[in-house]
Amino acid sequence: MVEPVLQVRGLRKRFGGLAATDDVSLDVRPGELHALIGPNGAGKTTLIGQLTGEITPDSGRVVFCGEDITGLSVAARVKRGLARSFQIVQLLDDDTALANVALAVQARAGHSFRFWRAAGRDARLLEPARALLDQVGLARHDTSVADLSHGERKLLELAMALAAQPKLLLLDEPMAGLGAAESLRMTETLRALKGGIAILLIEHDMEAVFALADRITVLVYGRAIATGTAEEIRANPAVQDAYLAEDLSP
Amino acid sequence: MRNALLLAALLAAAIALPWAAEALGQPATIGLATRILCLGIAAASLNLILGHGGMVSFGHALYYGLGAYTVGILWEHFRLAEPIFGLIPGSNALLVTLPAAMAVAGVAAAVIGALSLRTSGVQFIMITLAFAQMGFFLFVGLKAYGGDDGLLIRRRNIAPGLDLRDQNQLYWLCLGFLVAWLLLQWRIVESRFGRVLEGIRQNERRMAAIGIATYRYKLVSFVIAGMGCGLAGALTANYLRFVSPDLMAWQKSGEIMVMVILGGVGTLLGPVVGAAALVGMEYVLGGITENWQFFLGPILLAVVLWAPGGIMGLLGRGARRG
Repeated sequence: MVEPVLQVRGLRKRFGGLAATDDVSLDVRPGELHALIGPNGAGKTTLIGQLTGEITPDSGRVVFCGEDITGLSVAARVKRGLARSFQIVQLLDDDTALANVALAVQARAGHSFRFWRAAGRDARLLEPARALLDQVGLARHDTSVADLSHGERKLLELAMALAAQPKLLLLDEPMAGLGAAESLRMTETLRALKGGIAILLIEHDMEAVFALADRITVLVYGRAIATGTAEEIRANPAVQDAYLAEDLSP
Repeated sequence: MRNALLLAALLAAAIALPWAAEALGQPATIGLATRILCLGIAAASLNLILGHGGMVSFGHALYYGLGAYTVGILWEHFRLAEPIFGLIPGSNALLVTLPAAMAVAGVAAAVIGALSLRTSGVQFIMITLAFAQMGFFLFVGLKAYGGDDGLLIRRRNIAPGLDLRDQNQLYWLCLGFLVAWLLLQWRIVESRFGRVLEGIRQNERRMAAIGIATYRYKLVSFVIAGMGCGLAGALTANYLRFVSPDLMAWQKSGEIMVMVILGGVGTLLGPVVGAAALVGMEYVLGGITENWQFFLGPILLAVVLWAPGGIMGLLGRGARRG
């Protein structure tokens, strides 16, 4: 069997008396779209934080492409190919969509201790940035982030993450706050990415999850109670217990 | 294009200022303008980290004072013909003292930045202030260099081809350094490094998420800013022919910050305009009452409330209307 892109082993994180992450282990295989679902307060955000490096786990390991990255900083993980998008968009609001992605391309292109040449007209940054915006279907390249719609910002989030040329994409609720049509469009965009890059998708939109995911892990009260294909998860009684059953019906 | 013409006209006016001042029988203006130039460099350097990087350093005058003291101490040892610690000979040569001042300020900024940039927000403001106050009290206690009485520099530095005793030449020298510094900073802000700095100001979390180790970039910008302020201090010491701990007191840090805010945070010329405005106000209002700072308060308040872009913001708004 091929080695998983991401191996999480026995991850634990407590906040006071609350076990936000309770002995979580999961694998993301190459090319797989792995969805992480769970009711509110299940600890999805805390888990993502530990995978990206913003939160330090109390114990356990995160292994990425065979390397233990548990102690690495956020930036160091991104450099190794673990990129993420944010649930609550984190963008440079004063800049255009293009400038945002161009900066992400620049970060990928090596160190930025270059002090003299203007970066704003550098085709080596702008051309890949335009290609990425086209890839996610964001047409308004030169619009300031402040003037973009919520749906467009979500697409920009995705383009920023893709600029890192990741081996694994952590998508934190990319559909959150999107309308039905936008959700559908995001689903199609993700479907186009699927297979090329391994994706760990955290999502509330069950329709999207069941449409896209190869495998699903269910997180409840900080514990991973089940992992399996969409059918296995639907049929799992523990999952049905924890979740509202109607949510899971096709 | 219009901006370029405007800048050229501004520069021409600045070059011609000493002649105009003499022709109008106002030679004191030249000294005032020299002070504005020096403070303009200091404020511009703070603007790099405050305006572009979002790092509110409240101890920036420390590097100003260190630059000035480097000139003063090198002069003192030159005068006494006594090497510092028996090792480093004193000097009165500008070509030695200016790089030395920038180096001293840069090393200090590297050490202080390395520690304080581990914090952010109010903590960062407080820790930079604390370091600057440590420097202030260190020099108050250094009796060998005059303590709180300061240190007199009998003669300005010598420079090849220049006579800095001539106030016009000193003015032009400072103008040259200001222009060079602004040019350098303009390039930096537009460069890849500058883009990262702007990104850190806007959203540091986002910058980490695209793989930027933000700490290093902040530290390098902090050192560049410190070196610029050291240069400003070294020129000031030549202008004043006197250095004292007041140059690095927290009031001075505040003054430099006020210049940046008054002129326009994150703009190229804003800090220089702010320096001119503050020194000008001090001169005009100071002629009316010695409590001139009483009037500074309301003016600052008005700028913060109604013109958050500072004077440059107001000018820009006027230009768009016109």
